[in-house]
Amino acid sequence: MDVRSQISMVFHLDKCIGCHTCSIACKNIWTDRKGTEYMWWNNVETKPGTGYPTKWEDQEKYKGGWENVKGKLKLRSTGKAKIIFNIFHNPHMPSMNDYYEPWTYKYETLFNAPEGTDQPTALPISMVTGKYMDIEAGPNWDDDLSGSPIYAENDPNLSALTPEQKSQLFAIQRLVFFYFPRICNHCLNPACVASCPSGALYKRGEDGIVLIDQERCRGWRSCVAACPYKKSYYNWSTGKSEKCILCFPRIESGQAPACFHSCVGRIRYLGVLLYDADKIEEVAKKSDTELVEAQRSMILDPFDPEVIQAALENGIHEQVITAAQNSPVYKFVKIWKIALPPHIEFRTLPMLFYVPPLLPVMSSFNGDTIKNMGEGFFPDFDKARAPIEFFGKLFAAGNNSKIRYVLKKQMAVRTYRRAVTVGDIEMDLAKKMLREADCSVEEAEAIYKLTSLCTFNDRFVIPPAHREEAIEMLRDPLEYKQSAGFGFREEPKRGS
Amino acid sequence: MMQNATLFDYFNLFWFAILPYIALFTFFLITIQRYTKTGYSYSSLSSQFLENKIHFWGLVPFHYGIILILIGHFIGFLIPKQVLIWNSNPLRLYVIEVTAFIGGLFTLIGLVNIFIRRLTDARAKVVTSNIDWIVLSILLFQIVTGLLVAIFNSWGTQWFAASVAPYLWSVLKFNPNIAFVTPLPLTAKLHIIGAYTIVLLFPFTRLVHMLVIPNPYLWRKPQLVRWYWNRKKIRTQKSI
Repeated sequence: MDVRSQISMVFHLDKCIGCHTCSIACKNIWTDRKGTEYMWWNNVETKPGTGYPTKWEDQEKYKGGWENVKGKLKLRSTGKAKIIFNIFHNPHMPSMNDYYEPWTYKYETLFNAPEGTDQPTALPISMVTGKYMDIEAGPNWDDDLSGSPIYAENDPNLSALTPEQKSQLFAIQRLVFFYFPRICNHCLNPACVASCPSGALYKRGEDGIVLIDQERCRGWRSCVAACPYKKSYYNWSTGKSEKCILCFPRIESGQAPACFHSCVGRIRYLGVLLYDADKIEEVAKKSDTELVEAQRSMILDPFDPEVIQAALENGIHEQVITAAQNSPVYKFVKIWKIALPPHIEFRTLPMLFYVPPLLPVMSSFNGDTIKNMGEGFFPDFDKARAPIEFFGKLFAAGNNSKIRYVLKKQMAVRTYRRAVTVGDIEMDLAKKMLREADCSVEEAEAIYKLTSLCTFNDRFVIPPAHREEAIEMLRDPLEYKQSAGFGFREEPKRGS
Repeated sequence: MMQNATLFDYFNLFWFAILPYIALFTFFLITIQRYTKTGYSYSSLSSQFLENKIHFWGLVPFHYGIILILIGHFIGFLIPKQVLIWNSNPLRLYVIEVTAFIGGLFTLIGLVNIFIRRLTDARAKVVTSNIDWIVLSILLFQIVTGLLVAIFNSWGTQWFAASVAPYLWSVLKFNPNIAFVTPLPLTAKLHIIGAYTIVLLFPFTRLVHMLVIPNPYLWRKPQLVRWYWNRKKIRTQKSI
């Protein structure tokens, strides 16, 4: 058992209102520089929709992630042999057209325009070339456009649906959608790390954050092609790649990452998971339907004395173990089992989990609204207008029983709380539903509390980074006592 | 030799006995200095992200062509005798000449596409610097002179091994014997001068990227983890 700690995340999709505040918070801090204008380390997609970059989930097109070839894990894009032949032109590299060309507006024309009969207009100009341009796409161009034949109907996840289900999904006045915010998943088996010819990408041992060493990166762009979530980006100006850093400078000082901190719907949870790193390869090779359960099985119980002992022996700090015990992510993923990984069939073992949304499923019952709930038991999820197969493809690699379990439990908790607070549902019936959904009354209360009444400190349980001890490991602090805190990474330039 | 030297002789002396040393000296000094100082910034600025279509038709034929051509030049330089023996059979001479010419054509086609791409695509233009244009121009000059030599002064593999290789060795041995190259036709001379210019410019341009190979990648494990503590001497509860 090789116990490691991982800062993991849960996004509760029922609570996401699609306001893009997270994206803006991230953009303002990290990607407002030349060459990064088109990057959105955090973005919010509408599902069904094509996403950003367009159709990123379609690995026939992008060749991201891993595949299990006769018992061996191989990168789809640039394996060791393939990179030699594709070294001058990578055929699976997305180009700017797959994202969008960033633009701004020429605001001065608002003031300079000669007097006329029309309102002056600020024309869009490209942030790459500086020339006038026609805007054809943006990072959220499919926003709220469920039912659109250009966007929603090209969602790669629709391949799991029958034509009948598809036509129902997009029926006018009945169409349904939900939001899907995305950041880097900080995977346990990251394809980006495995693909880097320079060895610039790495996982931090202490918290599992995946980073690109900007000094080592040579701009091969293999990570861009290899990441199946397309969360590694090429900075065309510096010639180096960049990605979400989970705001590690904030995390190290005990603050939540900017996108988490700013989340209006309070959908985001962050906490430590302890996992067994010896199992990574074994789990990543499981068949599609086993993957969700297999990944869950490698997450360890932070209360188990054996795990605690192994963690301490591995150098994990006591306070990190305490953080793991209080982790909201552990509850959602492992105890309640209602948070699922996105597209785990890409086999990178993502450590960002989603609670699938209940609202579009429920509201679709009999094509009507929630009033059917009062009639009694669970709706027939298979008749839902947002088909269970769609969620199955997105969050369970086609294992729809996992989705059914989550939806049932959420529905039961809802019914139970309605019985408690409104009282128009019989408590016996609510408790029967809880039993049916594999949920105790205590668990239902806990789910309710962490979902609806969660405070800042409930949502974000950030382990102390102990950088001070990190320094002690490498250097004698007394030796550096009088010189700490000031220095140059590069020679200061003078004259010339 | 210098007694009745003409201006032309001085030219020859400069281009074939002095320039090579300026070029090589600069090459080694600046290349090593830049490699140790700027480390991993030592590469070519890729623009495939900005333009992905002509890129293929430029970069792929250019690189495969020029690799073939460079390997050919190196073989002629390193083992000239064996090349002459190989060429003693006319059929084998034809094969090697035709292969080299096709390699040259590939390089030319690729380079022309690279020119077109950087001239016509607005986004690719943004990341094209002046030094890039100088590099591209000198490469074009080099390929055109090379192909002209191949067309008008045939059996180059033969006379390269017989006269250019010994000249290059004499340069490397710090005893340049320009008598080997002074009788060569003008295009061949221009080609040699172009080569020295490329060596001279090499450390200041994106050409440095050819020294970068994904070496550790081919042998390392897929996953990399960086620890801030020593995994072998890990801290136990007692030592906290």
